[in-house]
Amino acid sequence: MSDLRREALKIAMPWLATAVLLIIWELACIAFDIPEIILPKPSKIFTVFVARFDILMAYCWDTLWTTVIGFLLAIAGGLLLGLAIGASPFVYSGLYPLLIAFNAIPKVALVPILMIWVGVGSLPAVITAFVISFFPIVVNVATGLATIEPEMRDVLRSLGATRTEILTKVGIPRAMPYLFASLKVAITLAFIGSVISETVGGNNGIGFLMLSASARNDAPTTFAGLFAIAIMGVLMYAICALVEKRMTRWAFRGEIVG
Amino acid sequence: MTFVDLKGVSLTYRLGKETTLALADATFSINKGEFIAVVGPSGCGKSTIMKLVTGLLPASSGEVRVAGEKVTGPIKGVGMAFQNPTLMPWRTTMDNILLPMEVVEPHKRRFRSNRAEYEAQAMKLLQTVGLADFARRYPWQLSGGMQQRSNLCRALIHEPELLMLDEPFGALDAFTREELWGVMQALWLEKRFTGVLVTHDLREAVYLADTVYVMSKRPGRIVLSRKIDIPRPRSLATTFEPHFVDLVHELRDRISQEHA
Repeated sequence: MSDLRREALKIAMPWLATAVLLIIWELACIAFDIPEIILPKPSKIFTVFVARFDILMAYCWDTLWTTVIGFLLAIAGGLLLGLAIGASPFVYSGLYPLLIAFNAIPKVALVPILMIWVGVGSLPAVITAFVISFFPIVVNVATGLATIEPEMRDVLRSLGATRTEILTKVGIPRAMPYLFASLKVAITLAFIGSVISETVGGNNGIGFLMLSASARNDAPTTFAGLFAIAIMGVLMYAICALVEKRMTRWAFRGEIVG
Repeated sequence: MTFVDLKGVSLTYRLGKETTLALADATFSINKGEFIAVVGPSGCGKSTIMKLVTGLLPASSGEVRVAGEKVTGPIKGVGMAFQNPTLMPWRTTMDNILLPMEVVEPHKRRFRSNRAEYEAQAMKLLQTVGLADFARRYPWQLSGGMQQRSNLCRALIHEPELLMLDEPFGALDAFTREELWGVMQALWLEKRFTGVLVTHDLREAVYLADTVYVMSKRPGRIVLSRKIDIPRPRSLATTFEPHFVDLVHELRDRISQEHA
């Protein structure tokens, strides 16, 4: 019975922790009499969230699809480049410094350039989400490939396997857990990317909604937008984690031995 | 008939400006269907010999010939087993063992359409090593000894002419190790491949090999070649017979000189 209770408590913990945080927030707002324009009470944010649910959803939807498209592109591009970098020392030494340099650029700085190139709208958001979530995928896939045991490689080479065969039979399966681990990081980064783009120069999406709300000193709506982003982030993260478990069951060995 | 032939083979590793002579002037040959063992102090270049024979490393000087052909790159279709079982954790035991069939001709071409036939063949091999019930398990669900058996099966499934074993039983406990000597011998008696076993274990070498080569400490040279004239099949009881013990002592003495 106590085992069951522990299990139930484990599942309830994230909700409890969130609830406690919100209650402290609510009480602090009341106790210190904080003006709504600075920090609205969670109850107020929730009211606004419900009242403006339709509008929020519409803007969320914009952010969600731009993020997901950018993210999917990042998976495709990151996987390809990661494989190339991991498989060839020449590609590695050639491109790695460039990648690091590019990754060091604050992505906010890219948005104005993107607006010059492709105009205002969803496209800059997609591209920003792509460039920001691309890097961890490349690095992880390349690491997965580079850490193949030399003996494994020797076994295949002495069987007469070609480079392509070694890549498809060992390299890619070996890189999969690394890829899926990176997706969890990449999806949250993708949200950051698209929202940055919407905030700096967009006419759409939750970032734009927050920016216009804050211009009207409408703090509760701005916070409602933040909550919406956080919720989307957690949901997408959960989906990535689920896909990870499904695709690379062997890497979570302990859990299915029973 | 000579199958593997080494003439004056040396290997020098280069690391920055430093060069290390790992193997010096190795000359010996292995007959077709012969099982040889290479023993010697650690770091003497035993594993280097394996890599040279299979062409995974090019010799710095001298000549390696396998089946009459000069070795210039990795030769194809060799079976290899290392101390680390290197099974793929994402494949079941069965799929791990079938790996060579996906790579080695002519099986590669026939593999997809004749999968059932190949699985039956793999199953037979698994039965001989006592793993039939574990074909659908994943490597991490097997014990170390079972993993090493699967590793041997993978090295042998495509019936290679040449089997390279680099301390394959080194990480196992003594009982499992001795049991696997028997398994290995039975497989060899059945298939009669040419075998090269690199090991630290002198009893293992004498148990399994037709000829044992003793190497000196680095740079490795072959300092003794000893024919093992014990009739097969050998058993664990054989290992306690005076002649077996004498042979082990002879090898032990020669290696001790290297440490002196």
